[in-house]
Amino acid sequence: MIYKMTRRAALAGVASVAMIAAGATSALAEGWKPQKPIEMVIMAGQGGGADRLARLFQSIIQKENLASMPVLPVNKGGGSGAEALRYLKDSEGDAHKIMATLNSYYTTPLRTDIGVDIEEFTPIARMALDTFVLWVNADSDIQTLDDYVAAVKASGGEWKMGGTGTGQEDSLVTAMLEKEFDIKVTYVPFKGGGDVAKNLVGGHIDSTVNNPSEALGFYQAGKVRPIVAFTPNRIDVFPDTPTATELGHDIVYWMQRSFVAPKDMPAEAVAYYTEMFQKLSETEEWQTYTKDKALMADFLTGDELQAYFLEERNKHAAILADMEGDGSS
Amino acid sequence: MDTLALLADGFATSLSPLNLMIVILGVTAGLFIGAMPGLGSVNGVAIVLPLTFIVPPSSAIILLAAIYYGAMYGGAISSILLGIPGASTAVATTFDGRPMAQQGKAGLALIAAAVASFIGGTLSVVLFTLFAVPLADLALAFGPAEEFALVLMAFTTFVGLGGDDVLKTIVMICLGLVLSTVGLDLISGQPRLIFGDLPGFFSGISFLVLAIGVYGIGEILYTLETSRTAPQVTPARITLKELSAGMRAMNRLWKTMSLGSFLGFFVGMLPAAGATPAALMAYGIARSTSKEPHTFGKGNIEGVAAPETANNAASTGSLLPMLTLGIPGSPTTALLLGGMVMWGLMPGPMLFIEQPDFVWGLISSLYTANFAAVAINIALIPLFVWALRMPFTVLCAIVIVLCIVGGFAPSQKMHDVWLIAGFGVAGYLLRKADYPLAPLVLALVLGPLMEKSFRQTLIAEQGNVLAFIERPLSGTFIALAALFFVLPLVKYLRKGGSRSIAPAE
Amino acid sequence: MLVADRVIAIAIMALSAYFMWHATELPIGWNGMTGGPGGGAFPFWLSLVMLLAAGGIFVRSLGEDHGGQSFFDGVMLKSVISVVIALFATIALIPVAGAYIAIPLFMFWYVRIFGRHSWFLTGCLALGTPVFLFFFFEVTLKILLPKGFTEPLFFPLYAMFF
Repeated sequence: MIYKMTRRAALAGVASVAMIAAGATSALAEGWKPQKPIEMVIMAGQGGGADRLARLFQSIIQKENLASMPVLPVNKGGGSGAEALRYLKDSEGDAHKIMATLNSYYTTPLRTDIGVDIEEFTPIARMALDTFVLWVNADSDIQTLDDYVAAVKASGGEWKMGGTGTGQEDSLVTAMLEKEFDIKVTYVPFKGGGDVAKNLVGGHIDSTVNNPSEALGFYQAGKVRPIVAFTPNRIDVFPDTPTATELGHDIVYWMQRSFVAPKDMPAEAVAYYTEMFQKLSETEEWQTYTKDKALMADFLTGDELQAYFLEERNKHAAILADMEGDGSS
Repeated sequence: MDTLALLADGFATSLSPLNLMIVILGVTAGLFIGAMPGLGSVNGVAIVLPLTFIVPPSSAIILLAAIYYGAMYGGAISSILLGIPGASTAVATTFDGRPMAQQGKAGLALIAAAVASFIGGTLSVVLFTLFAVPLADLALAFGPAEEFALVLMAFTTFVGLGGDDVLKTIVMICLGLVLSTVGLDLISGQPRLIFGDLPGFFSGISFLVLAIGVYGIGEILYTLETSRTAPQVTPARITLKELSAGMRAMNRLWKTMSLGSFLGFFVGMLPAAGATPAALMAYGIARSTSKEPHTFGKGNIEGVAAPETANNAASTGSLLPMLTLGIPGSPTTALLLGGMVMWGLMPGPMLFIEQPDFVWGLISSLYTANFAAVAINIALIPLFVWALRMPFTVLCAIVIVLCIVGGFAPSQKMHDVWLIAGFGVAGYLLRKADYPLAPLVLALVLGPLMEKSFRQTLIAEQGNVLAFIERPLSGTFIALAALFFVLPLVKYLRKGGSRSIAPAE
Repeated sequence: MLVADRVIAIAIMALSAYFMWHATELPIGWNGMTGGPGGGAFPFWLSLVMLLAAGGIFVRSLGEDHGGQSFFDGVMLKSVISVVIALFATIALIPVAGAYIAIPLFMFWYVRIFGRHSWFLTGCLALGTPVFLFFFFEVTLKILLPKGFTEPLFFPLYAMFF
């Protein structure tokens, strides 16, 4: 499910959520500005995809002068983002903290009881949706999804699928694949997407589900081959790679890249940050980046974003329940 | 030689007056950042990265390289002067650097570190220039099994047979390994050993926290008790005579240093390993091949030179997988990688073909930065040595404040500061009871690498333990590890076994 | 010395047991399904080794004579304890009153009261340290230190330097 929003609608969404939050008090104060540096909490450790993206945002904000105070990235990646979520929960009402999220925003509170309800947080803006592609080593004979399924079946459960950890996005896609095709793979977790891609090229694992940005360098060097994309439409960078949907298998999965704020952030601050990210999403740097890295720039704010989060949380709850039902963790 | 022409072009840019200014500025800033316990090249690079949008890209790379190298040199300064490793790569430097400082030879140790770093940096840049592209394939051949074997080898070169109390050494290794498992279990994705569900433990216990605790706070408490009011170190002076004596001493160490450089470069090149195991292995090998291993850990200049060449060579080596494969080997190279993406470059196998100007510009900047770093470092040694001459109570107060702030800075959590205080008191008591602290710290650094790669291999090989021996590369490393383990044992038995050959604290 | 050795050995044994108990939350055996040991295996078995080694140290100490030397130097122990207390008090104060109150207070205590240095030196250090910390960490490195209730006082400084 994708939301296409016009800019006006987005702003209206912001305004409405701001009004609700502000209650009967002052109208949108145009003049609110951060009084101290803004802390950008990152739900992942240094060097990962999420971290790199957050730092890209920081650089663009600084370069284009989108905020009056510096934005300072702080990594709190512990426990698949549990640390960051707890930190945000403890910062109720803080107007100088925002958090860059990924899908562990839903999965972490679902998998471990950390006393965080994401419904309480204030949604700011969704910047993009990242895509997933199934990859094999370019030396293998596998060309199509059918070849792939046949190869996995022939291996008798010894097919090595690399990923970034049980409960992470790619492991969910792997679980969906296993369910859809009635296959069984050995899931080998690695420290990050780059490490996964390297091990595929080095022949230590047989296939991966990577973000395009993580495997693109190897793809251009002709070392890895995309088999199928888990998007509704073909990805521009890989025009010859079919989507799962087009082959008759309903597997679509996104990684969202959004920003949220603590519970009860003042409405004026919410409006300020929303506008900042709105401007950011229109910069040329961001537009080029999304195109190059096969990201779907899909800007969304306010109530719609919150509704999106909650819907995604339900979807993930179902996927996780499925995975645990299989006993394959 | 195409490469040489490209490199010459690179030098032409990096030697322009503006860029030279940038190098000097960057190196000096890097030195001070690296010398601060808790801060390292990551912090320096993170600050500068957003600025690189504003200055021209060629200058931006030079600035980044200068900060990177400056911080690598700086790490040794806090290891030697304060005994607190500023980064995990500088742990091995404390083993002999600290005793040297206590004997009043801080200046000599600092010179040794600077010269060794320079040689390590130089040799590794040469290796990089000649073999960067073919070596990328070697990095690819490294899977989890090879990683495990390599870390095991690093462990055994170092631990060998402890001359310290064997039982106490075992306790400390186990404690370090257990502490390293705190946090999230990568394989199952479940949290473990998060005592009382404290969110601070979710991210595990970082090396810096333990090192600042036991080496910083613990050391101060220990000296406070044992030294009464006397200063902890013999006042150090630095003269030209000492300088030339230092240079002569370094001259004899060329074998250790070239070995350290090669080792550092190759180990640093492997994405999972990096500079820390490289430095430890260089130290371990220097000790076990030395004619007088018992002088190690008591202020042997070779024990400073070996790890310092290796860790600087490794910092060049770690750029290799980042540039050729797009895989960062350390948080710092991860940030550099991010920077490259922002400049619109695509790190990976095509970079050397499509962006040669960038690659060789970076290499030549590294070389210029290396040169500037050694010069500035040596020029500043009198200043650093002077700092040691402060009254003990003043120095202590400053070091404690630096420990608090330096412990807070990387993670920005008070939780870590509390841990530092706790580890400080525990480290003080353990040290008094003759428990060796080095194995504890090393185990914490190497533990996560070891467990992760061990379990990854077994999962991928369906639980087949023989996989470690069957694969040629990992089999070789395992054999070497066994050799390193047995070698000191043989020596020990032959000598009648009274002498300590483990690093003394 | 011997008593302290035993007490530390027992403390380590207790700690190991506690770790082992914690580690059992995850599978500690050889996990046949995924191949290789489970998530709790490393901490559990290593803690067991630690427990046994510490036990060995304890048993060994029983066979030793009482060496006359005591573990602590009585006179200096007092100063160690006072530094530890000052350290913990400073850390506890940081989240409440901020680093810029807690750290100068610590400096003042250490240099003036503990170290008995001159007022001039004390003043320089107690005032110089926060200024250095502010410019080095906050302005240059952009790492914000905790400010506690002193936060609003820094708003004008932020406006000036950022």
